[in-house]
Amino acid sequence: MSDLTELYQSVILDHNRKPRNHGAPERFDATADGRNTLCGDALTVWVALDGDTLADVRFVGEGCAISKASASLMTQAVKGKSRAEADALFERFHALVTGREAPPAEGVRGPLGPLAALAGVSRFPIRVKCASLAWHTLQAALHREPGAPVTTE
Amino acid sequence: MSSSASLHSGATPALIAPLAAPLPLAPRDAFPLLAADPALRYLDSAATAQKPRAVLDALRHYYETANANPHRGAYRLSVAATDAYHDARARVARFVGLRDADCLLFVRGTTEAMNLVAGSWGQAHVGPGDEVVVTRMDHHATFVTWQQLAHARGAAFRIAELTPDGRVDLDHLASLLGPRTKVVAFPHVSNALGTVNPVREIAALVRERSDAIVVVDGAQGVPHLPVEFDRLGADFYAFSGHKVGGPMGSGALLGRRALLEAMPPWQFGGDMIAFVGDEVTTWNALPHKFEAGTPNVGDAVGLAAACDFLAGLGMDAVIAHERALVAAAMERLGAIEGVRVHGPAADQRSGVVSFSMADVHPHDLATILDERGVCIRAGHHCAQPLMRSLGVPATARASFWVYSDAADVEALAEGLESARRLFAA
Repeated sequence: MSDLTELYQSVILDHNRKPRNHGAPERFDATADGRNTLCGDALTVWVALDGDTLADVRFVGEGCAISKASASLMTQAVKGKSRAEADALFERFHALVTGREAPPAEGVRGPLGPLAALAGVSRFPIRVKCASLAWHTLQAALHREPGAPVTTE
Repeated sequence: MSSSASLHSGATPALIAPLAAPLPLAPRDAFPLLAADPALRYLDSAATAQKPRAVLDALRHYYETANANPHRGAYRLSVAATDAYHDARARVARFVGLRDADCLLFVRGTTEAMNLVAGSWGQAHVGPGDEVVVTRMDHHATFVTWQQLAHARGAAFRIAELTPDGRVDLDHLASLLGPRTKVVAFPHVSNALGTVNPVREIAALVRERSDAIVVVDGAQGVPHLPVEFDRLGADFYAFSGHKVGGPMGSGALLGRRALLEAMPPWQFGGDMIAFVGDEVTTWNALPHKFEAGTPNVGDAVGLAAACDFLAGLGMDAVIAHERALVAAAMERLGAIEGVRVHGPAADQRSGVVSFSMADVHPHDLATILDERGVCIRAGHHCAQPLMRSLGVPATARASFWVYSDAADVEALAEGLESARRLFAA
């Protein structure tokens, strides 16, 4: 597989075309706006909490295929997780897209599950910001005082 | 120091041209970076131009033979540096049609020039109730600078809108002008769309309806079009050296002498003073009043070499070359499914093609093209107000210069077709 087809594999293109958990929720407990000023990507993430559990995570946004697919995959990955589990997932995800952690072998379901589809980003360092924007925004929603927007710059 | 002879020596490489289309105006081997990477298709010259060897040689020559602090030393080497600096000013001024070379101020680029005009003339002359006018296509360097000046001085900030094909709507602009208009700022050429604005016509309109100063952002003008400041009708005209093939961090502000002489200094320091008393200081003459501190002689020399290089090609030939490429690109890209080219017809542009592809974000296009060695810009092009009016968050932009050719257009088109296929999978 070439670097490009690895980057834009069918899972990514599918989530780009049909993002999951897309659209503003009726009720939520935390939210944040994220922005990548380099390319104009902008998204909003909402979280509904049940105690410490992320009961629902939704987003809307404008951006490239990588940022949209990453946001979509993220909402699926963190739903039902605790805050600490979501943080740990972000750590591993970030290690994957920056090339610090090797992707699982073909056909093997690794600890990141479907998020491993974004492993191809590690070959394109300038796209790491695109893949992490939704995660940074989620972190801001969960851990930061409401207020200033997030930026990956 | 002109290198025009070598440029017309027939060194242009033969091409298997898929279009009846332009060869480079200046051969790639006049540009060391391009010569070193024959496969590179550099289509981001509106962001910064690759440097002619003549410019790099001039920089090296200055530092190896004449480097000293100008205007200071009572020794021959300092005189050589001073002479190099003044000679550079004279050559750049001649290139942009400014007879009174002392009205050319060397600055770091268009952004600094715009801040100089706003910080000096603007602070002194714009007040509460006044009006400052820019256009929807202004670069942030112009847009934000005048927006902030207007806010700081309690003035109203007005934006002239565009026609659907991306030109300044002159009727709307005219409707914004009046006795309280103090500043009208606009680009000679839009960096995001390539639109060439009718500077003389706009300046005449402003004179007819107001006493405002006319400030032109020439960052995309000087590299691509013949510019004759003395006949443009503008009060100030700014440009960046690095887009002309000169060094980064070089640039110039041209101004009318009466305005520059009446303006307060913008920065203080050495060189810009005449007499420094314990309480009072008087200012040096033009251009020094606006050039505080040790001047950037090396880059001024490099910029002058870039101007000589372009003069050798002829600016009429440069714009004709770019328009031929733009016409070819608009035709080729327009035939690709889902591609929409923004902006006016080819004959109203410089060498810029800004476009969108349905369902493929510009940032993804840039990555896919980069894998093929094609460098384009993807983003808002420092023109977020314009992107909002186009109804897109960002566009992809290919831009041409003197070394661009039909192979660049073809590589761009083939890259876009491969993006189309990849995203349709």
